[in-house]
Amino acid sequence: MFRLILRRLAISVAVLWLVTLLVFVATLLLPGDPARAILGQQATPERIAALNDQLGLDAPVWQRYLDWLGGVVTGDLGTSAASQGPVTELLGGRIGASLVLLVGAAVISTVLGLALGTWSALRRGRAVDHTVSGLSLVVAALPEFVIGVALIVVLSTTVLPVLPSVTLAPPGEPVWSRPSQLVLPILALTLVVTPYITRMMRATMSEVLDSGYVEMARLKGLPERVVITRHAVPHAIGPVAQVIAIQLAWLAGGVVVVEFLFRYPGIGQALIDAVNNRDVEVVQAITLLIAAVYIVVNLIADIVGIMTNPKLRAEVAR
Amino acid sequence: MTATTTQSTLLRRAWALPQAKIGLALTVVVVGVAVLGPWVGPWLTGHDTTSFAGKPFQSGGIAGTDGLGRDVFTRFLSGGLTLLIYAVLATALGLVLGAVLGMLAGYSGGWLDSLIMRGSDVLLSFPQLVFALLAIAMIGPEGWLLVLVIGITHAPRVARVARQATVAVKDADFIRAARMYAMPRRRILLREVLPNITGPLMVELGLRLTYSIGYVASLSFLGLGIQPPTADWGLMINENRIALVVEPWGVLLPVLAIAVLTVGTNLITDSLASAAAGTSQSGKPQTAKEASA
Repeated sequence: MFRLILRRLAISVAVLWLVTLLVFVATLLLPGDPARAILGQQATPERIAALNDQLGLDAPVWQRYLDWLGGVVTGDLGTSAASQGPVTELLGGRIGASLVLLVGAAVISTVLGLALGTWSALRRGRAVDHTVSGLSLVVAALPEFVIGVALIVVLSTTVLPVLPSVTLAPPGEPVWSRPSQLVLPILALTLVVTPYITRMMRATMSEVLDSGYVEMARLKGLPERVVITRHAVPHAIGPVAQVIAIQLAWLAGGVVVVEFLFRYPGIGQALIDAVNNRDVEVVQAITLLIAAVYIVVNLIADIVGIMTNPKLRAEVAR
Repeated sequence: MTATTTQSTLLRRAWALPQAKIGLALTVVVVGVAVLGPWVGPWLTGHDTTSFAGKPFQSGGIAGTDGLGRDVFTRFLSGGLTLLIYAVLATALGLVLGAVLGMLAGYSGGWLDSLIMRGSDVLLSFPQLVFALLAIAMIGPEGWLLVLVIGITHAPRVARVARQATVAVKDADFIRAARMYAMPRRRILLREVLPNITGPLMVELGLRLTYSIGYVASLSFLGLGIQPPTADWGLMINENRIALVVEPWGVLLPVLAIAVLTVGTNLITDSLASAAAGTSQSGKPQTAKEASA
């Protein structure tokens, strides 16, 4: 098993390295003169020369890559062209703010998805099951911003104006000091991923409930509650854990749209600003960061998969 | 087993499911609006998509005016076509690219397989939207770039499915026979393998179309997709959301259209997936992101 996990770890590191290469190569796509593209047509030759120097654009490509990679590894993500400050400073507080959203949505959607999936598997073919399946199919189709706008319409403007639709974040005050403004963004993200967890949990639980050991447990005369909680659910968790992890990785992308919609001061909003300003080093830093989160979460998912899969455990014992 | 029979039984089985009919009805309504709207709109309301129709955010006409005094209903009717064209092109690109790479990887095995699949692992480590943003940051919000980038990010996800399906059939007798006749690889893939993996590919087609619509609309909503002054649903939501309380139609109409369209295509996809799962041995129906991420 350990060899399998180590192999998986090595693949992740290699993929991460290739991702840095890709993120760097993307900057070579900047049309013509990157410094002019960033600064605009009115830029003076001195400013262009200064930016060329700052970005190290006069050096050969491979050296620029190594310099940039060296910076990334040592925690120096470069300088923001828009704010003229270091990128790390720009991102510092925003990473925390985004994590609040991600963790909040992850916890709620996991609990909700597992509960709904189990419930609907236990009532297979009945009205509850059809309702849950139908709803999850509909909600799963909706893009993040459609869900977000619908929430704003219902809970913040027309029907029930109870929650703020825009995040107010005075400098120096963390976003979570006003919990009510976290509700809608977290709810939007939760609605995006819960349907998938629900559907997977329902499918897996249905299989488990039809299995021999659940029938055996019932035949032994165990109370239904014990059959479900002690015999059925633990077997369903393994495969579902992987789907949950994939959904959480998905959140890392969905957070961009949701933060923009609610003007939430996280890294997603920073990414949109940076793309609009052609703030290349910030775009590089954030895409790399999101890709890294994505890779790590998928890695954890696979490790959980390896550890909970008896077939793979046995394979290693061989 | 020939191509036409596999495909028609799959479609017939899918059509027997209620969600297929509902999904198709929803999709047809929105596609109808999107395709006919640009011609009907000016004739119906008497306004152009970019012409001045009245004071900003007034409720005259069917759905009022937007922040620049343009007629919201006219813009709504014209706002779906570009989105739809981009989404269809991106889906087609992703599906063709992914199917070719996946079949090549699955059929050839060896170093080509490793190269293609490791290459797609790299692309798979970006959320699709973030990868698109990276490209847009460098080149700018061009139409061809949206199609290209969304298509490219679909490709590895389609390739995974195509590869798996190809591996399952590549040692079947009829393919061995074709190999024995020294049929060239390109012909085996096109004539023998492709017709036998249409089931999973059809499901991918529906899934990728649903996502393409979502991504193009999301990028336009972020102000980084289709650019003003074009009338576009995603962009309209961005432009009109500041006046949601005063003049909600500029947001509600496009949101509804996108929601109905994506729900429609997803229902069709679900019926295809159920039908395909019924025909193959591998029981469990797959849902959207389980297969994609």
